[in-house]
Amino acid sequence: MNVKQSKKWNTDDLRELGIFIAFIIIVCVLMLFSPPGFRSGRNMLNILKQTSINGILATGMMYVIITGGIDLSVGSIAALSGVMAAHFAHPGEYPLIIPILLPVFIGTLVGLFNGIGVTYGSIPPFIVTLGSMTIFRGAALITSKGQPVFNVSKPFEAISGAFVFDTIPVLVIYYVVITLIFAFVLTRTVFGRHVYMVGGNETAARVSGIDTFKVKIVVYMISGFLAGIAGLLLTSRTISANPTAAQGYEMDAITAVIIGGVSMSGGSGKWYGTVIGALLISIIANSLDILNVSSHYQPVIKGMIIILAVLMDMKTKNRGR
Amino acid sequence: MSDFFLAMHHIYKSFSRVPVLKDVSIQIRPGEVHALVGENGAGKSTLMKILMGIYTADSGEIQVQDKTVQIHSPQEALHLGISMIHQELSPVPDMSVSENLFMGREIRRNHMGGLSIVDQKEQIRQTHAIFESMGVQMEPKALMRNLSVAQVQLVEITKAISLSSRIIIMDEPTSALTEKEVHTLFEQIEKLRRTGVGIIYISHKLDEIFRIADRISVLRDGELIGTHTAAELSKNALIQMMVGREITAIYPKIETQQGAVALEVSNFSRGTHFRDISFQLHYGEILGIGGLVGAGRSELVECIFGITHPTAGDLKIEGQTVRIRHPKQAIAQKIALITEDRKRTGLNLIESVETNIAVVILDRIANLGIVDSKKSAELSDAYISKLNIRTNSRGTRMYKLSGGNQQKVVLAKWLLSEPDIIILDEPTRGIDVGAKRDIYLLMGELAKAGKAVLMISSEIPELMGLADRIIVLADGRLTGEILRKDFSQERILQYASNMNGESETV
Repeated sequence: MNVKQSKKWNTDDLRELGIFIAFIIIVCVLMLFSPPGFRSGRNMLNILKQTSINGILATGMMYVIITGGIDLSVGSIAALSGVMAAHFAHPGEYPLIIPILLPVFIGTLVGLFNGIGVTYGSIPPFIVTLGSMTIFRGAALITSKGQPVFNVSKPFEAISGAFVFDTIPVLVIYYVVITLIFAFVLTRTVFGRHVYMVGGNETAARVSGIDTFKVKIVVYMISGFLAGIAGLLLTSRTISANPTAAQGYEMDAITAVIIGGVSMSGGSGKWYGTVIGALLISIIANSLDILNVSSHYQPVIKGMIIILAVLMDMKTKNRGR
Repeated sequence: MSDFFLAMHHIYKSFSRVPVLKDVSIQIRPGEVHALVGENGAGKSTLMKILMGIYTADSGEIQVQDKTVQIHSPQEALHLGISMIHQELSPVPDMSVSENLFMGREIRRNHMGGLSIVDQKEQIRQTHAIFESMGVQMEPKALMRNLSVAQVQLVEITKAISLSSRIIIMDEPTSALTEKEVHTLFEQIEKLRRTGVGIIYISHKLDEIFRIADRISVLRDGELIGTHTAAELSKNALIQMMVGREITAIYPKIETQQGAVALEVSNFSRGTHFRDISFQLHYGEILGIGGLVGAGRSELVECIFGITHPTAGDLKIEGQTVRIRHPKQAIAQKIALITEDRKRTGLNLIESVETNIAVVILDRIANLGIVDSKKSAELSDAYISKLNIRTNSRGTRMYKLSGGNQQKVVLAKWLLSEPDIIILDEPTRGIDVGAKRDIYLLMGELAKAGKAVLMISSEIPELMGLADRIIVLADGRLTGEILRKDFSQERILQYASNMNGESETV
């Protein structure tokens, strides 16, 4: 036996390429049949920009779902942390670092709350995060008195609004960097392997000496942390915070993860699948916009893609057994 | 008309071009117990799955009462009078015995405008009647959740009978049964035989096979080696047919030097699971723990390993009192536990061999939390060849491996953690003769290398063959200790049945 053998693709890996192939086909078809507007480089960057916030939420969601959990609270976290960011982002009041760190801190804290509920409270993830989704949406309404928070400083506005080299939206850079960091953590670190192990067989993970509680708590904290970042970026991009913003974002994040081939029962899934899932959602929205299809059709198509993606995934997996 | 109820002729089957069955033919007579034996991966399960319509054969034919039939689903098999009692039973735990018995064919009453209602009363009455005819004492209204494995199995057998099955396939039916329960099962099989039902009996336990089988078919590497009447075969001849080579000693006992006390528990208790257990385990020793299923043996070692917490008592390692409250602390004390149920507590089946092997030592082969994947690959390959694990590569998913090879992966994972104290809970349950022998040899080597080995086994010959000393648990208490020179099956059974009895009756 030698080490080189690992380079050989086995059937399991090939199967995971399925999502890639589906993605390329969809993009090619759109390229061929869409007006030139879709194909332009600017539109491509636009698509990436539209993907970034959902993509960041989906990254955290992927971690949670791989452990076999779910996090419904990310939309509410984004709203609350956005409101808090805007409160401290009025011109000339506080240093910029405060409205940057505060939302991230709040998000992580809510994640800690979720994680403790799931582990020490042994409450099902769906229920804990449904609860915190409701609680922290309320908190966003309370802290904003139900009103949008306007009047943020120019530097704060630049957090999401800036361009690199005058062409690349900085949001895209954030998304790429965050994706790469968390992909590295998931695939290369001990913690990442523990995430998969906990999702694959929690009892066996515990017997193997893995602190499963710690892994789960950290995973919810990651999801909360990234939701906090998403809230910050959203507020900066819209130059205001709305306590009712980001409703349903948790579902878009879950959708991206599922389309990307991550199993809802935990233990499996690849980071690039989630990236593709998030991209597909924006590509479809974008192309329908360009084709002047009423936005009312978008949810219908999104829903069909979820079902199709999972159906395809299950078909290919069953064939392998 | 032939005297066979069922015949499978020239069955071929391949999975992704790897042949798993090559020209296999077997015939089952009414009223015979036909044992199907062979090492894991020999093709027994595949053959039975073809019979049950879960897989389709590539070629060959199945005849029921001389008529060629096509079986495409378990429902069709049931319809033809073929039932299977799976090794891993899957009842609906929150339903009653009678509801499970009539699942999918509920007795209905008054169609109120097309709405049919399940007639619970009638179902319970019929369940009673069937139990009575079988001589089984069980409450039809009892929840499946509250039944023992043996009782659940009896419900399955009852179900097969009530479906008027003519062939019942039993896959490792005794793997989780106590000696007494096995006896009850065999009585039921005897009754079935007398009513003309043919039984296909799959088992690794050769003693059982000779106790119950009329004929034995041996499969090896997907081929039928032969079908013989049980009377014309000896145990050694059967083993030779199964493995294709002669195993001189089934239990290779290696003489070892006993050292200092490695682990000592005193007055260890955990609620009602076990009480007041005290014993010492030495380096270089294999200490066996005997007893019936449910005597508290697994609960004891799980508690030592920190999966559960004791309610009283002390644990000492090399004379130092330690508190172990999580498996990670046990691992830090250089203890390893190979658990009883590898699928539930030992492996991540959807992951690769390598991932499973490396999981315990990830921290050791990582720099700043980043896994050294080269080292992980090297170590996995080393242990795959060291333990002779049969797998395509280290990247193969665990669920594709046979039971024996899965068990070896669990062993590899724990050996990599370089433990000094190794606890094995039923290490050879449900695995084939060849893999068993590999594991026996390994245990001997570990003891010879000065490790302390603690082994739970329900197979008395295995305990007697390998252990230097045996302690026996019954009903949560330690009832006896026997030194190797005093080993006897009778004494172990005597201690094991101490204070036990009525509670185990089905």
